[in-house]
Amino acid sequence: MYNVDQYFEPETIDEATALLAEHPNLLIIAGGTDVLIKMHSGKIAQADLLSIRKIKFLETIQKRQDGTLSIGSLATFTQIANDPIIKENIPVLKEAALSMGGPQIRNVATIGGNICNGATSADSASTLFALNAKLKLQTQGGERVIPIEDFYLGPGKVDLKPGEILTEIVISPEDYQDYGGHYIKFSMRKAMDIATLGVSAICRIKNGVFEDVRIGLGVAGPTPLRCQEAESFAKGKTVSAQTLAEIGKLAVKSTKARTSWRASKEYREHLVEELSQRALKVAIKNAGGESLA
Amino acid sequence: MTVNVVGKRVKRVDAVAKVTGKAKYTDDFMERDMLVGKILRSPYAHAIVKKIDVSKAKALPGVEAVLTYKDVPDNKYATAGHPYSLDPKHRDREDRTILTKKARFVGDEIAAVVATDDLTAEKALKLIDVEYEVLEPVLTPEDALKENAPLIHEEYDNNIISDFGYQIGDVEESFKESDYIFEDEFETSIVQHCHLENHISYAYVDADDRIVIVSSTQIPHICRRIVGQALGIPWGRIRVIKPYIGGGFGNKQDVCLEPLNAALTLAVGGRPVKIDLSREECMIATRTRHAFKYKFKTGVSKDGKLIATHITAISNNGAYASHGHSIAMSAGTKFRPLYSFKSIKFDPVTVYTNLPAAGAMRAYGVPQIKFALESHMENIARKLNMDPIEFRRRNLLGEGYVDPLNGNKVLSCGIHECIAKGKELINWDEKKEKYKNQTGIKRRGLGMACFSYASGTHPVGLELAGARIVLNQDGSVQLQIGATEIGQGSDTVFAQMVAEVLGIPVDMVHVVSTQDTDISPFDTGAYASRQTYVTGMAVKKAALEIKEKILNFVWGMTDIPAEALDIEDANIVYKHSGEVVMPLSKVAMQTYYDTVFAKPITSDTSNNARVNAMSFGVTFAEVEVDIKTGKIEVVEIFNVHDSGKIINPQLAEGQVHGGVSMGIGYALSEEMLFDEKTGKPLNNNLLDYKLPTIMDTPDIGVAFVETHDPTGPFGNKSLGEPPAISPAPAIRNAVLDATGVAFDRIPMTPQRVFEKFKEAKLV
Ligand SMILES: Cc1cc2nc3c(=O)[nH]c(=O)nc-3n(C[C@H](O)[C@H](O)[C@H](O)COP(=O)(O)OP(=O)(O)OC[C@H]3O[C@@H](n4cnc5c(N)ncnc54)[C@H](O)[C@@H]3O)c2cc1C
Repeated sequence: MYNVDQYFEPETIDEATALLAEHPNLLIIAGGTDVLIKMHSGKIAQADLLSIRKIKFLETIQKRQDGTLSIGSLATFTQIANDPIIKENIPVLKEAALSMGGPQIRNVATIGGNICNGATSADSASTLFALNAKLKLQTQGGERVIPIEDFYLGPGKVDLKPGEILTEIVISPEDYQDYGGHYIKFSMRKAMDIATLGVSAICRIKNGVFEDVRIGLGVAGPTPLRCQEAESFAKGKTVSAQTLAEIGKLAVKSTKARTSWRASKEYREHLVEELSQRALKVAIKNAGGESLA
Repeated sequence: MTVNVVGKRVKRVDAVAKVTGKAKYTDDFMERDMLVGKILRSPYAHAIVKKIDVSKAKALPGVEAVLTYKDVPDNKYATAGHPYSLDPKHRDREDRTILTKKARFVGDEIAAVVATDDLTAEKALKLIDVEYEVLEPVLTPEDALKENAPLIHEEYDNNIISDFGYQIGDVEESFKESDYIFEDEFETSIVQHCHLENHISYAYVDADDRIVIVSSTQIPHICRRIVGQALGIPWGRIRVIKPYIGGGFGNKQDVCLEPLNAALTLAVGGRPVKIDLSREECMIATRTRHAFKYKFKTGVSKDGKLIATHITAISNNGAYASHGHSIAMSAGTKFRPLYSFKSIKFDPVTVYTNLPAAGAMRAYGVPQIKFALESHMENIARKLNMDPIEFRRRNLLGEGYVDPLNGNKVLSCGIHECIAKGKELINWDEKKEKYKNQTGIKRRGLGMACFSYASGTHPVGLELAGARIVLNQDGSVQLQIGATEIGQGSDTVFAQMVAEVLGIPVDMVHVVSTQDTDISPFDTGAYASRQTYVTGMAVKKAALEIKEKILNFVWGMTDIPAEALDIEDANIVYKHSGEVVMPLSKVAMQTYYDTVFAKPITSDTSNNARVNAMSFGVTFAEVEVDIKTGKIEVVEIFNVHDSGKIINPQLAEGQVHGGVSMGIGYALSEEMLFDEKTGKPLNNNLLDYKLPTIMDTPDIGVAFVETHDPTGPFGNKSLGEPPAISPAPAIRNAVLDATGVAFDRIPMTPQRVFEKFKEAKLV
C-alpha cells in the first residue's frame, strides 16, 4: 500500500525548489513508475511526495541555435519516441525509448526519473552515456551542470544533492552530429522487461576509418558505464570485422559484471563481446559506413 | 442430426459485458464498511513459532481483530478441488489448518489481521512480534527423500505423500524381447498460472446467521464443503457465490482463501471482510505447477516398435498436499491412449518440500510427462535413424483401444489426421530440406510432439453436473448450471447447446453466469476439461426435457401429437413440412396463464458421466536459435486438435491460442526461482517471472480434425487444457533439430542455452 502523508504539486520550478528547501524530506515523484513500485513493495515504507508533473516547462524537448539538444527531465518515453528533433538528431535515443516497458509505461515514465532512479538497467542511460550527455540540476539557490557519468555513484545511488531537481539533459552538437548509433536491449522478453544487458554504440566514420566510437553499457556493472579501452583502440582503425572483434573483446575489460540469479558473469561478458559488435555494426551503417557482413 | 447453432462462431454471451466493464468481478462488489483482511507470512521456509505477541497490533487504531493459529479451529483439512468421496481411503490428505504454528514455506500463514483499511492492516502486520525457531529447510525432493531428512509434517513418518504407481505387463520381460534399450532423464520447473485476477474473496454473516463467501473460485460447491470442514460447521451454514472470474487455470480449483476469510468475518461479528492477494502473495501462497524429474527406460524393436517403458518420476509437491499424488497419477494415466506399449511400469513418488504448495494447473501433470516422453521419443527416433514422425506413427494406438487399468475406451481418434495436417501446415518436408547443413549464427529447425488427454476424471473422480432450465413467458429460457465460466467460454457453448435443442436463437437463452451454492444446481466445477463434455450432457438433457414438455403441452392445446411437432426458429412447426403451427411464445404464455392447464415448464437435471472421451493432438513448431546469444525464437507454431465436434470454432481457437502461449512460456522462459539455501522466492512478480508478453508470442496456427465421439453431447471432447500440453516438447525438439543439442530441461532460458552450447562447443 502507499503510505503517503503529504503531497505537493507545484507548477513552476521555483515553487518546487522552494518547497524542497523548506521540506528536505520530500521525495520527488515524476511518472511514479519507480517510486510507486518501491512504495508498494515496502522498499520505501513511507513518503511525502513532491510531484513535478504540473511543471509543464520540464516536458520541453528543443534544439538550440548552436545545435545543443535539450531534453526536459519530464519528457516521457512516448514523447521522446515521437519527437521529430530526437528522430532527426539522435535516433538512437528513440530506439532506447521504444525498448522501454510497454506503451502504457512509456506514456507516464519520464527520462528524468529513469536517470535519477539510478538503476544500471535504465534503458535511456547507456545511450546518454554514449552521447556524453550532461545533466542540469537546479536548487533554490542555483544550478550546476555535470556529466552523466559523474552523476551515477553506485547501484540506485546518484549524486542528487538535497534540494536539487534534475531539469534538463543536455547534449552538445560535437557529441552527436555526424554520428550513427544503435541500441540493443537484450532481455528475455521483447517488452515489459528489464535488460540483461543494454548496449548503445555510436560512431563517426570517415573514409572507412573510425573517427570516434563510444559504447555505453547497462547492467555490465553496478552503474551504466563506458568502454574506454575499446573506444580508444577503435579510434583511427579501419572499419573491419577484425577491428570489431577486437572492440568486442576490449569492451569486456570495462565491465564489472557479476553472477546473480538473473545471469552469470561469464554469460554477461559473452553477451558484451557479442552485442557490442552487433550494435556497432548497425551504428556503422547508420553513420553512413559500409555494411559489414 | 443436423445442427444450426452448434459448430458456429457464436459471439461469447459475456463479450459485451466484459469489454464494457459491466461484468462484475469479486472486487466490484461493495459491501458497506467492508473491512480488510491481511495475512502475516513466515519469512522462513521451515520454522516453528515459539512466541507470538499480537498486543501491539491489536492496540493500533483501526484494527478490528488479530488472529493466530490459537484463535482458529484446529481442524485439519484438504484444499484440493476434488469431489468428496464417501470412501475415506479415496480422500485427499488433510494436512493443513487455517493458520499455522509451523511454517512450511516462505509465505506460510501465521497470523491475520482485520482492519478498516489496507494501510492500517499492513501497519498492524508489522506490529506482530513473532519469535521463530528456525529449522533446516528441505528444498529439493532428493533432500526430502533422504533418510533422517527433517520432517515437514511431523504427523507422518517421512516426507513422501505417496509412491503409489502401477505396472501393466512385465517390463523386465519385455526389455528382454527388445532390440534396443534407451534411457533418458528430464526435468521441468515450477511455474505459476499467472491468471489476470489474483485470488480474492470476501465474506460476511447474513441475517440468517449463515456465512456468505463471494469468491473468485472455479469450484463453488466444493469450496462450501471445504469451508465447512475447516471450520467444523455444517456445510449448509455456508453459502458460496462465484461472480465473473478473471482466469484460474486450476489455481482456483483449490480452496486457498475462503476458510480463513470465514474465520475472519466470524472474528468481527460477521462484518464483511475482504482478502485481496497481491501478485507477490498470489505467486507463492496459492498453488504452483509441480516440478517433475523423469527417468525413462524404453525398449524398442529394430523396426521401431515400442515394446516397454519403465518410468520413474519424482514430483515436487511443496509444503502441503493440495492435489498431491493425483497429479502424478494423472500424468501416468493420460499418456496411455497414445502409443502402444506391451508393458508399462510407472513408479512415481510425490514428496513434500519447504516450497510453495503445488496444485492443479492446466493439464494436471501432463505437460511435464509429455515434455519428457515426447523428448524421449525424439531422441529414440534420432538414434534409430528414423524420421521422428514416422516413428511416432508406427506406434500410435487409435480407435478401439481400451485402457487396461481404468476401462476407458477410445471411440474416436483423429491423431493420424492431426499429424498429417500439422505437417502440411508448417511445410515440413520443404523446410527440412532447406535447413539441412546450416552453419550460421542463426539456425532454424522443426519439431513436433503429440499428446492424448481425457475429458473429465472418470472413473477416478465423480463426474456430476447439474443444469436447470426455465421457460419464460416470451419463449426465451433461463439456463442455470453449476459449472463455472472462468473465461473459457462454457456459458456460451451451453447457450448454443440449448438453442440447438430447443430450436431458438442463442439470444433467447439467458445464461445465469453466477454460481451460488444456495441457488445453482450442483456441479463440482471447472477443471479437467470436463465442462463442455460432462456439463454439456446435463445441459442437453435438460433442454431435451424442456422440448418434450413443450411439445406435449402443444399436443394438449392442439391435438397434434408431439411426435409430429418440432421447434424451429422459436416456432412450433409440423415436423414433416416445417409449416408453422404457432409461435413458441404463445405456448409459453399458456403454460403460465391458462386458467386450467397452467404449469410453467422447467427442468432440473443432473448428469453423472460414467464415460470419458480421449482427445488427441499435435504441435508443430519452427524455431530460430541465435547460437551466440542463446536466444530461441518460435517462428511458427501450429496446434492441431482432435477434440471431437467443435462447438464454437472461435472460442475453441481462443483456447488454443492461450494454451499454446502458456506452452511457449513453459518451454522458454517461465520458472519460479528460490534461494537455494533459504527457500526465499526470488521472482514472485511479473517483472522477474518471465511470462511471455504478446510481443513474444508468434502468430499461433490452429486447426481441428473434427471427429465425432459418441459419448459427447454433440460428439465433442475435451479442449480446455490440451493446448498447453505439447508446445514445450515440440519446441525442444525443434531446437534439437536446429542445433543438434538435446535439451533435457525446461525452460530453455538464454543462460541455460548458452551453458549447453558451451558444453557442445557451439560457442
Ligand atoms: C511495468 C514497468 C516496466 C518498466 N520497464 C522499464 C524498462 O523497460 N526500462 C527501464 O529503464 N525502466 C523500466 N521501468 C522503470 C521505470 O519506468 C523507469 O525507470 C522510468 O523512467 C522512471 O520514470 P518516472 O518518471 O516514473 O520516475 P519516478 O518513479 O517518478 O521517479 C524515479 C526516481 O527519480 C526521482 N526523480 C524523478 N524525477 C526527478 C527529477 N526531475 N529530479 C530529481 N529526481 C527525480 C524520484 O525521486 C525517484 O527516486 C519500468 C517500470 C514499470 C513499472
